[in-house]
Amino acid sequence: MSRQAQAAVLFLIGGALLHASFTDLYLRYVKAGLRPLLLVAGVVLIVAAVATVWYELRRPRVAKGKAAEDRSENQSGIEHHDGHGHAHREPRVAWLLALPILALILVAPPALGSYSAMRTGTALQKPWGFEDLPAGDPVRMSLVDYAGRAAYDQGRDLHDRQIKITGFVALDRGGTPYLVRMELNCCAADGQPVKVGLAGKTPPVLQPDTWLEVTGTYTGKQTRDPVNDGVIPFIDVTEAKPVPAPRDPYDEGGGG
Amino acid sequence: MTITKAAPPRGDRRDVDEPRGSRVDSSLVLIMLLLVVVALQGPIREAVSTPVMQSWMTVFVAVVVQALPFLVLGVLLSAVIAVFVPASFFARALPKRPALAVPVAGMGGAVLPGCECASVPVAGALVRRGVAPAAAFTFLLSAPAINPIVLTATAVAFPGKPEMVLARFVASLLVACAMGWLWQRLGRTDWLRPPARPESEGLGKGAAFWGSVRHDVMHAGGFLVIGAMAAATLKAVVPASWLQATADNPVLAVLALAVLAVLLSICSEADAFVAASLSQFSLTARLAFLVVGPMIDLKLFAMQVGTFGRGFALRFAPVTFALGVLVSVLVGAVLL
Repeated sequence: MSRQAQAAVLFLIGGALLHASFTDLYLRYVKAGLRPLLLVAGVVLIVAAVATVWYELRRPRVAKGKAAEDRSENQSGIEHHDGHGHAHREPRVAWLLALPILALILVAPPALGSYSAMRTGTALQKPWGFEDLPAGDPVRMSLVDYAGRAAYDQGRDLHDRQIKITGFVALDRGGTPYLVRMELNCCAADGQPVKVGLAGKTPPVLQPDTWLEVTGTYTGKQTRDPVNDGVIPFIDVTEAKPVPAPRDPYDEGGGG
Repeated sequence: MTITKAAPPRGDRRDVDEPRGSRVDSSLVLIMLLLVVVALQGPIREAVSTPVMQSWMTVFVAVVVQALPFLVLGVLLSAVIAVFVPASFFARALPKRPALAVPVAGMGGAVLPGCECASVPVAGALVRRGVAPAAAFTFLLSAPAINPIVLTATAVAFPGKPEMVLARFVASLLVACAMGWLWQRLGRTDWLRPPARPESEGLGKGAAFWGSVRHDVMHAGGFLVIGAMAAATLKAVVPASWLQATADNPVLAVLALAVLAVLLSICSEADAFVAASLSQFSLTARLAFLVVGPMIDLKLFAMQVGTFGRGFALRFAPVTFALGVLVSVLVGAVLL
């Protein structure tokens, strides 16, 4: 790969990173906290691209004597228009960098959805403690919060309360619907689902990966995730309405 | 310029990698590639719209996007070491005897706040700067495992189990130092075949600095892409329920999680949370996951091949793996 082409690749990676972090695209792949780092990395890569071109343009004057010497040594006769006879070229592996650029700019794959969720065991952990529920009826809470209380607190504070949780739909092989939120600690490679089973008045037709805002009440019903034997609590649905996917599709786990 | 360079291009030119006799201009190829892909984006999008492909692409892009900032950090540090830090600094900073330099370098790993992607280029720069390879490899192994960010993440992921943090720190440092001493004993420098680097003599500091950055990003980045593809394939294709079967057997469990750590190639800042969720496994097995993962995984292996050569990586990686498992079991038996 010639230095010009390398500069172009560096520029494109930097540009793709900046594009992803200025739009909300990056939230599909990494946690929100990584954004400043992505911005810095994007800027550094673009500066590196500009510097490469800059030094490449200046090079013939600065290193003329040396370049001529190099050229005479370069017996394989490789002569690039940019060459100045560098004996060294980047390996072909650098071409692979085109893949993530194309994937990010052209395809922009969606956030992890029901396919990954049903292949991975629920990551529900016993919470450290339970704060008092906020006021309001129905009370809006995160899906992970509800799952933790329902599975490990016997739904103590949840009785007689209407609860509102949001997540996307996933169906298991038997067709049981689950409401899922993926938890993310760093990037989508470590994304893990927290699942809540839907019981009661579930909508007749459920399309996987559609986002639902479910209003319902606590039920003691539980099941075990066949993948890792984790606890999956249920919610007794009274109303379910489709909503657009949230800005950050993941729940940032790790308690941090 | 040395005489060896003038010799007919033979042998060790595989990394230089210019197709013999090819006169194709790579800028032109790149432009054509981009044009073709843009023209075909409809069919391409359709081809990758199945759930498996989508999930594969998501994980692939995620691993690359997540690793790039740390790679850039490592590459900048490596360029600083290569250009601005005089070689004599390391001669003074590290003990003369490699046997002593190893533990010092191991503890030095605690100050590089990043994940493993940053440590490979830095270790490469250290070797080129004349640091004893044994010490540089110890640093390479310890830095991603024992820095404050990773240890804090471990403490958060295992609430109420501070012994897990201690065990991770002790086991990782032990493996890193053991590998350093082992290299000093058995290692041969001819295994190290770092790819040719751009000539930086006679260039200004700025040109040398950005030349190093460009080279490292292109190089390590390419290998990072290979590692990300492998990790995405595992995540999207291999069913997680396979793991479940091994959880009950204590020996199999340790091995299974160690292998999983290699295959998953998760960033060392996040692996503790994944380990915490593998609750069906023993703490020792999860410790093996945390010790092995930052030291050797698919992405790291690919990057080590790129930085130090294949001969090195093929020998270094399996020994690191075996030692990592062994030390985790021992430390787990004592501390957990």
